[in-house]
Amino acid sequence: MSRLDVRKTYKLYIGGKFPRSESGRSYEVVSATGDFIANAAMGSRKDVRDAVVAARGALGGWSGTTAYNRGQVLYRVAEVLEGRRAQFVDEVGAAEGLPARAAGAVVDAAIDRVVWYAGWTDKIAQVLGNLNPVAGPFFNVSAPEPTGVVGILAPQSSSLLGLVSVIAPVIASGNTVVVVTSADRPLPAVTLGEVLATSDVPGGVVNIITARTAEVATWLAAHRDVNAIDLTGVAGADGVDWAALEAEAAGNLKRVYRPALVGGAPVEPDWTADPGLGRIRAFVETKTVWHPKGL
Amino acid sequence: MVTVSTTTRTAQDLTAQARDVLGVSRLTNHALTSWLHGLPGVDQVGCEARAASLGTRSVKTTSKAWAIDTAIGMIDLTTLEGSDTVGKVRSLCAKALVPDPLDGTTPRPAAICVYGDMVATAKAALGDSGIHVAAVATAFPSGRASMPVKLADTRDAVEAGADEIDMVIDRGAFLAGDYLTVFNQIAEVKMACGAAHLKVIMETGELVTYDNVRRASYLSMLAGGDFIKTSTGKVQPAATLPVTLVMLEAVRDWRELTGSQVGVKPAGGIKTTKDAIKYLVMVSEIAGDDWLTPEWFRFGASSLLNDLILQRQKLATGAYSGADYVTID
Repeated sequence: MSRLDVRKTYKLYIGGKFPRSESGRSYEVVSATGDFIANAAMGSRKDVRDAVVAARGALGGWSGTTAYNRGQVLYRVAEVLEGRRAQFVDEVGAAEGLPARAAGAVVDAAIDRVVWYAGWTDKIAQVLGNLNPVAGPFFNVSAPEPTGVVGILAPQSSSLLGLVSVIAPVIASGNTVVVVTSADRPLPAVTLGEVLATSDVPGGVVNIITARTAEVATWLAAHRDVNAIDLTGVAGADGVDWAALEAEAAGNLKRVYRPALVGGAPVEPDWTADPGLGRIRAFVETKTVWHPKGL
Repeated sequence: MVTVSTTTRTAQDLTAQARDVLGVSRLTNHALTSWLHGLPGVDQVGCEARAASLGTRSVKTTSKAWAIDTAIGMIDLTTLEGSDTVGKVRSLCAKALVPDPLDGTTPRPAAICVYGDMVATAKAALGDSGIHVAAVATAFPSGRASMPVKLADTRDAVEAGADEIDMVIDRGAFLAGDYLTVFNQIAEVKMACGAAHLKVIMETGELVTYDNVRRASYLSMLAGGDFIKTSTGKVQPAATLPVTLVMLEAVRDWRELTGSQVGVKPAGGIKTTKDAIKYLVMVSEIAGDDWLTPEWFRFGASSLLNDLILQRQKLATGAYSGADYVTID
C-alpha cells in the first residue's frame, strides 16, 4: 500500500504565527516551467493591516535589544537556513527554473548574505555615526536609530537571495518589517518565515504576506503607521505604478527606497553584487545629541 | 441637594414596588430567594452560541460609519487607577471634549468615569459641555466596607457634582444567598444618589454562572438601579458577549414586566471597534433599538475610543491610520 502524500499548506507569517489569509483566498503557484507546485494564501489589505499592527508591536522590543544580540539572532537565522538547505534548493530551483547546482549556489549566497549582515549589526553605529567637532564646550554625537516599521515589496524574480538581501539590512539596525513577497514565486519566502520562527527572531519583527503585489502595495504605501517603504519589488510586478506608490507614501512622509531604474523603468538589481551599506543607511534616522562638556 | 425625608420615602417606595412585583406582603430574604430562583435558567450552550452568531454580522461602509459614531457617543471614558492624578483626569476630560483634533465632526463620549475624589476636577474641566461625570463609589472595586462608609462614599461623590454613580454590589452576600442584604444596600445607595443616575456593577466575573448573572440583574433592577453594569474592569473575565446578552434579555423582560426601562453597561476588555460593533448588533437584536442610545447603553472603556477614532480616520481618508494620530491616554 502506497503512502499518502503529506502536502504542505503555505500560509502567511504574521506576528510569529502562520495564519491563513483573512480573506480566505488562495492562488495557484506554478513552477518556472508552468507546472502546478502548491496553493499559496492570497493576502489581502486586512492581512497587511494586521501585519503592520504586529510589526509596530514588535518594534519596541527589537529596536531595544543590543546590536550585538541582533547580530547573534541574525547569525542564528543563517544557521537554521543552512540546516534547511536541501528544502530551499528544491523550492528555489522550482520557482526560478534553476538546475540543482545553480539553485544550490543561490541558497549558499543567501545564507552568506545573512551572515554578512549579522556581522554588520554592531558596526552600523561606528560607520554611520560620528563624534562631530563643534565650536563650543559640547560633546556632539550623531548616532543612527531605526526608522521604525518598514514595508518591503520583495523582488519579483529572486525569490530567496533577493528576499534576504532586502530583509536582513532593514532588521539589522532594529527596524521591523512587513514584506510582500514575489507574487509568482512566494514559496521560498513562506519557508523563510518558518526559519525565522525557529531562530530566536521575536514574533512580529518580520511579517510575510504572499499576495498579488498590485492589490496590497497601495495599502502598504498609504498606511499611516508605516515609516518607510522599499519599492524594489515593483520591478517586474504586474500593474504596479511605483510613482503612484511614492505619492501615496508622501501622505505621512514615509522614507521611500526607490527601485533601481534603467531608462526610467524599474529593474531588479544584480543580487550577487556586493550589497554595500546602501540598504542599511536608507532605513536609519540620525539622531544628534549635544551634551555639555566640563573642563 | 436631596433631603433626608424624601430619601426615606423613596426607600419605602422601592420596597413597596418590590413587594408588588413579587406579589408578597412582606419583603423577606425567603421571598427574594423564591422569586430569583424561580426565574428560568439560562441555557449556557445556547446563550454562547447565540452571542457568537450575532458576532459574525458584517457591518460595512455607511453602517459602519454610523456604528462608530454611535459607539463613541456611548463611551464612559474611564480612568480608575490608584496612580490617577489631577493632571491625568484633566487630560482625559480634554480628550472627551475634543476626541480627534484632526476631525471636528467626531462625536463626544457620553461621560467621564473616575474615582469619587476626582469628580470635582472632572466637573470643572468639562464645564457646561453636557458630558456627564460618573463616579465609582461604595468601596469600589471590592465593595468590602461597612454600609455607612459606602453611603458616605456615595454622598461625597454626589455632593462633588457627579451625575452618575457606579456602585458595586456585595458579591459575598449575593453568593451566600443573602439577597435581602444586597437589595437593601442597592436601595439605600439609590437614596443617597438623589438625582444622580445609579449604575449597579454586578462583577459578573465573580458570579460564576449565567443563572447568577440573570438573578443579579433582576435583583439590581428590583432595588432601583437605573443601569446594570457587568464589571469593575479589575476582575477577569470582565465584559463578555454572552453575559451582556443575558443582561439585555433581563432589561427587555423587565420593561415588559414593570413598564420601566433600565440601561446596560458592559465594561472592561472592550478594546476594538470590531468588539464594539458586536455589542451594538446584540443590543439591537436582543433588547431592541430603544436601547441604542447613550441614555440606555454605555461602554465602560478607555482604549476603545482610540481604536474607534483610528477606524473613523480610515473611513475618512481611505488609508489605514496609526497610533501617531491619536493621543496617548
